[in-house]
Amino acid sequence: MESTKVIHAIYTDDDVLMSAVKKVKAAKYHIEEIYTPFPVHGLDKAMGLAPTRIAITAFIYGCLGLTVAIVMMNYIMIEDWPQNIGGKPSFSYLENMPAFVPIMFELTVFFSAHLMVITFYLRSRMWPFKKAENPDPRTTDDHFLMEIPVHGNEKELESFLADTGAVEINIVDKEAH
Amino acid sequence: MYTISNRLKIVSLILIIVGAGLWGTSYVSSHVSVEDVKTMLAEEDASHGGGHGTEATTHEPAADSHGEETSHDSAEAHDDEHAEHVMHQIHNRPYSALYVAAFFFFMIALGVLAFYGIQYASQAGWSPVLFRVMEGITYYVLPGGLIVLAIAMWAGDHIFIWMDPEVVAHDELIQGKAGWLNKTGFFIRGLIFLGGWSLYRYFSRKFSIAQDSADDNRNFKKNFRISAAFLVFYIYTESMMSWDWIMSVDPHWFSTLFGWYVFASMFVSGITVIALVTMYLKSKGLMEFVNDSHMHDLAKFMFAISIFWTYLWFSQFMLIWYANIPEEVTYFVTRIEDYKLPFFGMLALNFIFPFLVLMNSDYKRINWFIVMAGIAILVGHYIDVYNMIMPATVGDRWGFGFAEFGAVFFFLGLFLLIVFYAISKQPLLAKGNPFVKESEQFHY
Repeated sequence: MESTKVIHAIYTDDDVLMSAVKKVKAAKYHIEEIYTPFPVHGLDKAMGLAPTRIAITAFIYGCLGLTVAIVMMNYIMIEDWPQNIGGKPSFSYLENMPAFVPIMFELTVFFSAHLMVITFYLRSRMWPFKKAENPDPRTTDDHFLMEIPVHGNEKELESFLADTGAVEINIVDKEAH
Repeated sequence: MYTISNRLKIVSLILIIVGAGLWGTSYVSSHVSVEDVKTMLAEEDASHGGGHGTEATTHEPAADSHGEETSHDSAEAHDDEHAEHVMHQIHNRPYSALYVAAFFFFMIALGVLAFYGIQYASQAGWSPVLFRVMEGITYYVLPGGLIVLAIAMWAGDHIFIWMDPEVVAHDELIQGKAGWLNKTGFFIRGLIFLGGWSLYRYFSRKFSIAQDSADDNRNFKKNFRISAAFLVFYIYTESMMSWDWIMSVDPHWFSTLFGWYVFASMFVSGITVIALVTMYLKSKGLMEFVNDSHMHDLAKFMFAISIFWTYLWFSQFMLIWYANIPEEVTYFVTRIEDYKLPFFGMLALNFIFPFLVLMNSDYKRINWFIVMAGIAILVGHYIDVYNMIMPATVGDRWGFGFAEFGAVFFFLGLFLLIVFYAISKQPLLAKGNPFVKESEQFHY
C-alpha cells in the first residue's frame, strides 16, 4: 500500500467552513471528508452529497413488520387453533382484525425503527470497539476539519485554503485504505 | 391585495342556485304520505321477491332509537308501523342532508380558527405568511354556525328526536337526559359557543390588522394572550358542541372521546382548506412570499392529523367493538350493516390515501399531490359527518342524490363567496407580525 498525502484545513467557525466548502467546490478540488463537532445545516448540500435513502429502507422494513404481524396472528389465532376466547369471532382474519391492530401497528414500528437503526450502523460502519477514525481530537469539540487529497499541488492548495479562512493547515501522510 | 374575481363570484352563485334548486326538488318530493310509502314498500317487496321479513329485522335497531317500537302482535299493525317509520326516514332525509353539509363547511372554518389560535399561542415562526388566508376562512364561523343552529331549530325532531315531546314522553332514557337535552339549553349553549368563538375571531382579526401599522408589538401580545384563552375556551366548548350538535342525534348512545374525534375531523379539514386556498392564491401570483416549504409544512399537518383522526376513529371503534356492550354497540351495528361502503370507504379516503400519498417528503412539495390528497381528505371528512348524522335520521334509506349534492353545492358556493370576500378585504401579508420576516425566510 502506497501512502498518499492529504491536506487538513482546520476552521473554527461553521459559517467560515460553509463558505470555504463552496469555494473549494467552485475551484473543483475534491473534498475527501469533513469532520465537525455538530451537524452543520446545509453542509451536505454544499458538498454535493447524495441524499440519504434510509427513509426508503425504513418504509420497506415497516411493510415487512406489518406482514410478519398479519401472518403470525393469522396463523396462531385463526388457522392453527381457532378457539372461542370471550366470544371474539375467530372464523376469519378480517372478522377479528380490530383486536390485532395494536400488534400490527407495534410490529410495523418495531421493525421499521430497529432495522433502520441497524442499517444506519452498518452503512456508517459503527459498532462497539470500533477504532475511532478521528484525525484530530479537537474536531469533537470546537474545530472543523476539511480533508483534501494532495496530487503534487501542495503549495497552490495551501495558499488557496489559507484564503478560505483556515486557521491551521497540515499536510499529513495517510495510509490509503 | 386580492380582489374577488367575477368568475369566482359567478361560479359561487351558480353553485348556490343549482344547489338550492336540487335540494328544493328533493325537499318537495320527500313529502310522502303513509299511503305512498305503503305502495312503495309493496313495489319494493315485489321486486325483492318478498324479502320484507328480513328487511324488517334490520330495521329494528333504528326503530328502537325512534322509540316507536310497541307491539308486534298483528302483521298488519306491524306493516302500518313500518310504513310510518319509513315515511319518517324519507321526510328526514333533506333536513339531514342540509344539516350535514352546513355542519361540514362550518367545521372547516372552526378548525381553521383553532389552527390559527394555536399558531399564535405557540408563536410559530413559519405560519404568519398564511394568517390572512386563515383569517379569511374563519370569517365563515359566525354565519356558518348560525346557519347550523337555524337548521337545527327549523328541522327540530327531523334530526334530533329528543326535540319531539311525544318521543320523550315514552322514553325514560331521554327523560333522564332532559336536563341537558332540552331545546332551550341547546340553543342557549349554541349561542354561547358561537359567541365565544366569534368574539375571539373578531378581536384577533382586529389586532392582527392593527399590528400592520403599529410601531410596537402591543397588538401581537394581545393576540397571543387572547389566543391562549381562546384555546382553553375552545377545547371545552368544542367538546360540548360535538355532544349537542352531533352526538345527540343518537340520544341513547354516548362516547367519551367523541369530542376529540370531531375535533380531529375539523382540524384536518381546516388545514387542508388552508393549503388549497393558499395554493389557489399563489397560482394567481398573489402570494409570492409563500414558498414550497410552507406547503410542505401544511402537507405534513394534513398527513399527521389524518393519522391522528384515524387513531381516534379506531380507538372509539375498537373499544366499543371489543367490549361489545349492547347499549353502545348498536351505534356501530347500524353503521356497519347499513352503511358499509361509506363507513369503511372513508377510512380509505381519510387514512390510507393521504398516508401513502403524503408520506414522501418530496411529494409534500408537489402542488398537485397536495391537491389530490386534499380532495380525498375533504370528501372523506364530508362522509365522516354523513356517517355521524344519517344513520340516526334516515337509517337505511340513505343515498347520495339531489338532497345531498344540492346541499353540498349550496354551502360550497356560500363558503367560497364568504371566504374570498373576507380575503379580499385586507392585504394578503400580515406585514406587522413580528415573526413575518422569519416566516418569509422559512425554509425546511
